[in-house]
Amino acid sequence: MKSRLEKLKGICIGIAGCGGLGSNCAIALARAGIGHLVIADFDTVALENLDRQYYFLDQVGEKKVLALRENIRKVAPGIKVEAHALRLGPDEVLRIFKDCQVIIEAFDQAGQKLMLIETVTERFPDKFVVAGSGLAGYGGNNALRTRRLGNLFICGDETSEVSAAMPPLAPRVGIVANMQANQALEIILDDLRPDGGDDVWDE
Amino acid sequence: MKISLNDKEVSMAGESFSVRELLDLMKFTFPMIVVKVNGRLVRKEDYERVFVGDGDSVEAIHLISGG
Repeated sequence: MKSRLEKLKGICIGIAGCGGLGSNCAIALARAGIGHLVIADFDTVALENLDRQYYFLDQVGEKKVLALRENIRKVAPGIKVEAHALRLGPDEVLRIFKDCQVIIEAFDQAGQKLMLIETVTERFPDKFVVAGSGLAGYGGNNALRTRRLGNLFICGDETSEVSAAMPPLAPRVGIVANMQANQALEIILDDLRPDGGDDVWDE
Repeated sequence: MKISLNDKEVSMAGESFSVRELLDLMKFTFPMIVVKVNGRLVRKEDYERVFVGDGDSVEAIHLISGG
C-alpha cells in the first residue's frame, strides 16, 4: 500500500478563485503534500487583500495566480502548479480542471459559486466540489460546519454575508479555507465516492 | 404531503409545490441556493418547472457571497 504522502503526490486539485479562501486553501494543500495544483483567478493583488489573503506587500500589483504560485513554491518546492490568469465561466472550468479529482470553490460572488457547482455536478459527476459559504465577521466558531450533498461539500455557516458592517476577517476566512483543504484530504485519503454511497456523515 | 427537507420531515398542506414555492415557503431568502431533489441538482432557471410531491427528498443550502 502506498504511503499517504505518496498518494497525495499523485493527486491534482483545482482552486477556483485565489482570494481569501483560495490562497489560504492552496497553501494548506501544498504543505500537506498535494502534488499538483491548478489555480485560477483574473485579479491582481491589492493592498487591502493583505489583511486575509496569502500575499505579501511586495506582491501588490502582481497577478494573484503568479504571486500565489511563487508563495506555494516557497513552502513546497517540489509541487507542480498550473496558474491560469483568467475569469472562469463554464467553458474554462471544463477545460482547466479536467484532470483534477477535487475542485475547491473559492469565489467571492454567490452567483459564481453556483456556476461552478452546477457545471461540475452536471458535467463532471465523478469529481468533487468543496465550496465555501458564510464566513464573514468574527466569533461563532461553532456555527462553522460542513454539509454534504453527494459530490458537493459546503463549508461555512451558510448565513453570514460579507458587508461593510461585517467584513471578511483573517481568522474566520482562514478557518473555512482550511476546512475546505481538510475536506479535500479526507476525500482523497479515505477514497470517498462522488455518488455519496459511502456517506456516513455525522452532522 | 410529507417531504424530507435537509433530512428533516416536513408536513405541508397541498399535493405538490414547485421548487420556487417551496423555497419561498421555507424562507430560503438569499438569491443563490443549491437545490437537490432526490439527489439531482435543480438549476435556478428550472425552479418554476420542477415540482416536489409526497415522499420526495429535498436538500437546499444557501450560497453566501464572500471568499
